[in-house]
Amino acid sequence: MPYPYKKMTEADFAYIRSVTAQDRVWTGDDIAREYYKDEMPEYGVFPPELYVEVLNKEEISAIMAYAYKENIPVVCRGAGTGLAGGATCKYGGIMLSIMRMNKIFPVDHKNQTITTEPGALLIDIQAAAAAEGLFYPPDPGEKTASIGGNVITNAGGMKAVRYGLTRDFVRCIEAVMPDGSILNFSSNVVKNTTGYDIKDLVIGSEGTLCILTQVTLKLLPAPTCSCTLVMPFGSLEECADMVPKVLELPFVPTAIEFLERELIDIVERNLNKLFPVKQGEAVLIVMYDASSKQELDSAIEAAAEAALANGAIDCCIAGTPERAGSVWAVRGGILEGMKADSVAQEECDVVVPRARIAEYVKAAKRIALSHGIRVEPCGHCGDGNIHTELLRGPEMSDEEWKKATHKSLTELYALSKELGGQLSGEHGIGNGRLEFLEEFVGPRMIELYKAIKLAFDDKLILNPGKVIEFNK
Amino acid sequence: MKIVVCMKQVPAGTKVDIDPETGAMKRLSGETRTNPYDLFALEAALQLREKLGGTVTVLTMGPPQAEEMMRDAYTMGADDAVILSDRKFAGADVLATSYTLSQGIQVLGGADLIVCGKQTTDGDTAQVGPAIAEHLGIPHAAWVSEIVDADEACIRVRQDLVSVSQVSEIPYPCLITVDKDMCVPRLPSYLLKKATADRPVRIMSFADMPDQDLSRYGLVGSPTSVERMFAPPEIEKQVYLEGNAKEKTDSLFSILTGKKIT
Repeated sequence: MPYPYKKMTEADFAYIRSVTAQDRVWTGDDIAREYYKDEMPEYGVFPPELYVEVLNKEEISAIMAYAYKENIPVVCRGAGTGLAGGATCKYGGIMLSIMRMNKIFPVDHKNQTITTEPGALLIDIQAAAAAEGLFYPPDPGEKTASIGGNVITNAGGMKAVRYGLTRDFVRCIEAVMPDGSILNFSSNVVKNTTGYDIKDLVIGSEGTLCILTQVTLKLLPAPTCSCTLVMPFGSLEECADMVPKVLELPFVPTAIEFLERELIDIVERNLNKLFPVKQGEAVLIVMYDASSKQELDSAIEAAAEAALANGAIDCCIAGTPERAGSVWAVRGGILEGMKADSVAQEECDVVVPRARIAEYVKAAKRIALSHGIRVEPCGHCGDGNIHTELLRGPEMSDEEWKKATHKSLTELYALSKELGGQLSGEHGIGNGRLEFLEEFVGPRMIELYKAIKLAFDDKLILNPGKVIEFNK
Repeated sequence: MKIVVCMKQVPAGTKVDIDPETGAMKRLSGETRTNPYDLFALEAALQLREKLGGTVTVLTMGPPQAEEMMRDAYTMGADDAVILSDRKFAGADVLATSYTLSQGIQVLGGADLIVCGKQTTDGDTAQVGPAIAEHLGIPHAAWVSEIVDADEACIRVRQDLVSVSQVSEIPYPCLITVDKDMCVPRLPSYLLKKATADRPVRIMSFADMPDQDLSRYGLVGSPTSVERMFAPPEIEKQVYLEGNAKEKTDSLFSILTGKKIT
């Protein structure tokens, strides 16, 4: 076992500088505090011993070979927008930023793909595809995330209902292994049954198996028109009950989200973003993409009629970019709004079968409230990924909050399991959900996870203490 | 409370096609949309109707294709829609447009309150609203950023002018032009779409206008002479600075000194 890891010395710092550059390496207190954490400092704040910004795979390979030899932990970091406490130096060592590796290569029209380095931003890749009339659909809320981070966490987002996850769009990956060797997982082919599918294992591995250096993504023809519908209902439960009805229609929605009025009020109050529908205690937001206006109109009519038949107060139609923008701006402001409206937040990212969403939502509210916590379920109900936001009121002490969230999460995860769901739908395990994983997946699965980790990283130097913890 | 909302159908997007021969905007080419400012005007009117009761009539001058925009206004909650459409109205500048609209309002029997968007996204003059009020001889407040209060007798509005914020109480009949972001325009309702599918959009022509003096309408009634009209080049530019904090600071400094800003 590699513990304890080597504490880095001046000689180690000098070596990393020698294989990169003097002005791309920071150590000790010179490292900016933002690199101590990701978007969720609640899941751990850890200072790296050295922070380096790499330019190419050769530098990464040299660093990894050295770290492997010297038993120094390495954590790869993208844009730092993760929500699981994943890209943090839990055991010190090297934080390796790939954000300068942000080249986007020209779109390959014959293969309908785009190849990029891992530090390219999602928003730039989407724009590069759109400039060529193509479309990269994965759409997690955070557009300034790096594509490397998206791939390594298998980012989901709202449009998963129609298009799937990041995994569904990755053709092939080039990566540096923990010992410094460089490997390609699959190639730019549509099918592949050559051996084990390591590519799909690497996607979503949260930086614990290898470091991505290049990724090739599948693109689609861009939809020509789209429309967002807002269906106000009397309660969140009625919204949830509507989800399977929308999915039964002969039109595949791009996104289905729900929002309770209380959450809308929080965004309106704190961010001054006003929601264009005033009716209803909760709203279901359904988006359709289409290749023709006729197809879109048919989908709108079918969905609106279904909504009215199932108790919706109305069905409001956001058919222009401005109108859709006014809806999605409020949806997009939830995290920020909640941060402004509470002392602290904890998010439960469970995913349940779509047929059980209503049951989950009803029970989740009861659970959190029984522990004295304000709860706001929202999110991607089209794919069953309900973000259950737990909010801390100013009256709660640190100890009370910690105890109540732990109890709530334990019960929420048990509920998800009982309903046939999973612990995390898209944010991942990282450091934040580690303590709940073994209970959820069971000891045999943990053994399997450990064997996989060791097969890639026998010295456990890559992002140690995340997803799977050996040091217990 | 009788409210009239003036609206205009404008080209969708930011690109405007200009007829090189006449210098006029090609209104029928490409996709159209409701002038975004007018949606705020309609929303403000609908909120006032909800508070005080009465009716909201939407009025536009334009080709018959404007019916699509008027039907959209019905789905937001407008009670009545009128298009002033006649070849004799074509080619109108601010003066002739505002005069025609003021005539249309007279045909409708006048209004307690007229609400316009602050400006349009194609013409951009922001003058038509106030000019309508002048033709009708009623008070007006332009650039209204908030309706502070309203009752059966008067309306109190806040105007964010360049250097001052002014609250005015104006008795009816009066006209206001509203800024965007004073509220959020409601979305079209599917229920209202079905309920208003058979409701007609009224068309009025020159023959319906009380003033039959042709020299007040259209190109003939427009003293504005356009020498040349063109879409200006896009002047907004984005520059991404690469490098570490010091490198980025240095490049920013050199850009600013290069432009003699510092």
